[in-house]
Amino acid sequence: MRRLALGALVALLALSPTAGAATTQTSLSEIEGEVMCPVCGTLLELAESPQALRQKVFIKRLVAEGESKEQIKDALVAEYGAEVLALPEGDGFSLSAYVVPVIAFIVAAIALAFAVWKWRRQGGDSSGPIRPAADGPDADDRRRLDEDLDRYDL
Amino acid sequence: MLSSLAVVGVLAIVGLLVFGLLSKGSNLEPGDPAPTTALPRLEGEGTESLADYRGSWVLVNIWASWCIPCREEAPALEALQGEYGGEKFTVLGIDSSDLSDDGRRFVEEFGLTYPQLHDGDGDFADEFGATGVPESYLVDPRGKVRVLARGAVSEEYLENEVEPLLKGKS
Repeated sequence: MRRLALGALVALLALSPTAGAATTQTSLSEIEGEVMCPVCGTLLELAESPQALRQKVFIKRLVAEGESKEQIKDALVAEYGAEVLALPEGDGFSLSAYVVPVIAFIVAAIALAFAVWKWRRQGGDSSGPIRPAADGPDADDRRRLDEDLDRYDL
Repeated sequence: MLSSLAVVGVLAIVGLLVFGLLSKGSNLEPGDPAPTTALPRLEGEGTESLADYRGSWVLVNIWASWCIPCREEAPALEALQGEYGGEKFTVLGIDSSDLSDDGRRFVEEFGLTYPQLHDGDGDFADEFGATGVPESYLVDPRGKVRVLARGAVSEEYLENEVEPLLKGKS
């Protein structure tokens, strides 16, 4: 009896709507934020040009046909070329879009470290020539100072 | 050391700017050689290039199905093809920044009989320095641009600017 109940439960779960979650259903709003309108040069979700509207219709049709997000993106690339993708693909020349900022950051960090090292080696003061220490009051000032102190001497 | 790094950085930025400008393409003028990049046919398999038409006059017409002026000029272009199309001349349609299905429907709707190529990413139009659609470029048998029109062409324009060249009157 217990086995029968367990079997029924498994069958029920298999038939439930969430069982089909493996097939990722996508939508226009999900895709239009990740692809470009080639004519407008903006994200498709921001574009309202006639070409963008045709592109949206194309995406809607493919969504209705049950295509996945990746399949729809592939179809857009086949129509408009790789430039239609808002985020470049991570291979070939497009990889430079990810690699160059990292290299630039490393080079900048090295340059900064080198600058700090050089600054500290020079004595930590890069404000120009060192000023000579003051010589103190001259004879005139010293005499006036003594007179003032005498005047207030209690 | 730091000054060398700064120079390299500045050169890299200038290089990127120059690359960006060059990759945008330049506006073709009469006398300039027309681009010969191969493009896929809009209908059927395979590719074609302007080089395949060397020896003939070609009126390259850059269009898109979503472009209203392109609809207005299509009958005039088809009429020109009907009158002059053959070994010595053809209109060559370039469906640019457009979905190929939409492009094919456009061709069917207007009954266009001249060859059509698909420039989905618009790069070929950029090579011409096209500023939009439609634009038309008359390319001579040696592959050089002779006349260009930005915007829709009319029957009158074709009669006055294109036909005299095809007839050898200019």
